Amino acid sequence: MQWLLIAISLAFMGLFLVMPLYAVFHEALRQGVGVFFQSLQSRDAQSAIRLTLLVAAIAVPLNVVFGICAAWAIAKYEFKGKAFLITLIDLPFSVSPVISGLVYVLLFGSGSLLGPWLRANGVEILFAVPGIVLATIFVTFPFVARELIPLMQDQGTGDEEAAISLGANGWQTFFRVTLPNIKWGLLYGVLLCNARAMGEFGAVAVVSGKIRGQTTTMPLQVEMLYNEYNGTAAFALASLLALLALVTLVLKSILEWRFGDELAASGRH
Amino acid sequence: MATAAPIRAGWRLKQPSVIPGFGLTLGFTLTYFSLIILIPLIALMLRAAGIGPAGFWAAATDPRVLASLRTSFTTALIAASINVVFGTLIAWVLVRYRFPGRRVFDAIVDLPFALPTAVAGIALTAIYAPSGSIGALFAPLGIRIAYTPIGIVIAMVFIGLPFVVRTVQPILEEVSREIEEASATLGANRFQTITRVILPGLAPAILTGFALAFARAVGEYGSVIFIAGNIPFVSEIAPLLIVIRLEEFNYTGAAVIATVMLSISFLMLLFINLVQAWSRKRYGYGN
Repeated sequence: MQWLLIAISLAFMGLFLVMPLYAVFHEALRQGVGVFFQSLQSRDAQSAIRLTLLVAAIAVPLNVVFGICAAWAIAKYEFKGKAFLITLIDLPFSVSPVISGLVYVLLFGSGSLLGPWLRANGVEILFAVPGIVLATIFVTFPFVARELIPLMQDQGTGDEEAAISLGANGWQTFFRVTLPNIKWGLLYGVLLCNARAMGEFGAVAVVSGKIRGQTTTMPLQVEMLYNEYNGTAAFALASLLALLALVTLVLKSILEWRFGDELAASGRH
Repeated sequence: MATAAPIRAGWRLKQPSVIPGFGLTLGFTLTYFSLIILIPLIALMLRAAGIGPAGFWAAATDPRVLASLRTSFTTALIAASINVVFGTLIAWVLVRYRFPGRRVFDAIVDLPFALPTAVAGIALTAIYAPSGSIGALFAPLGIRIAYTPIGIVIAMVFIGLPFVVRTVQPILEEVSREIEEASATLGANRFQTITRVILPGLAPAILTGFALAFARAVGEYGSVIFIAGNIPFVSEIAPLLIVIRLEEFNYTGAAVIATVMLSISFLMLLFINLVQAWSRKRYGYGN
């Protein structure tokens, strides 16, 4: 019975999880290593990689600052409406990625209140990097905060109160007491946030305008190549993203095994 | 502080604390949330409401819109149900049994969280297309998986699986074996122990996992559109119709579909919170 259940589970995971992963690398290398590297060196692929790195480099730190602020406010104080605020922070997870992009099209697009003013002043948000960054921030919004909130709530306020009573100021308390306490949980949140930021497709597709070589991130470039029946190039670029996913999983597992106690128990997901 | 005044502390936003930074951190949190999430969402709803109740109703009940919503919600329902069965089984196997490679499989459960949806989409299509490794097995039988609603379900099963496993797993780890042993010593057979003792205790977690997987599947775009075939009235999902409306510059039409989807999502979120509050009361746990 036990082995039957194990066999069914592993077969299901093999079919739904391992096979797609294998398929990415198999398709990418189908025409040989030469073609693989050649397609990665194309100018469009290079610019897509650069844009993806740029977007993640802006979106992730902003969400880190937000996550730390939100967790500090929620974990270190008792105030009215706290439970509601925690629910609100998770809100972006229940919004379809397409809608996360759509909101900015409606806010900044030609039919909106802001649209004509932005155009008159030469500010480009939609179909440009700022729009892509905004949509990415939207979809990755809760990642850091939801790791840190339960962790910092578990840790309580004792360490900080001790530091303050010994004469430390707020910043010293944060950098010398709180940050060392939460560093692994923070890294865990950053890891998940970054994976999603680099891989986001739906929200970014809506706001990017898909201008080749300018506003196509890696996932968008994958789609364009795929729709042009350039499967090998699409899968070559996709294999880089799959590699990123694998690295993320490995690092995440290492964090869970080595520092499981220092990550919030309820923070696993 | 005020020693002399015996005034009862009335309503106050925050309990006193010696730790500094409340104004700064809460202020930044609320400002950032308003700018990034709240104001854009309100703008969306205002845009949808701007055409009036009659116009909204007409746009929301357009046959193609209704068909896409039906496709999204039925396929998501089927996928979430499949995920509940296999997700619970996988959680059980990972928690209870020891076998070679268990840690690797435990880590791989999270693959759908880490793998970009577009990558998952083209990979699944490559496998399930009539020329793909699994699609080719079904093609002689006259069964097409990719480019039909079955393909949509496959993609939604992929992205929803970790939600069920990761919700059920920690609860299963806490449920003590002693309860099962007690049930066995009281004369229950294995089947009775599972259906009457273990599953009722897991029910709130399973229901939460189901709701999370369902909510994610309804909104999913990247992994679905490649494998769906996107035939209007057959395999066109609601998020795709939003994108099509945008490409037609029908911003209001897009906003209406989005508002309908958001309303249903918020009801789901409310449902999850109620289940968890109920479960905390009934079983003493909940996320």
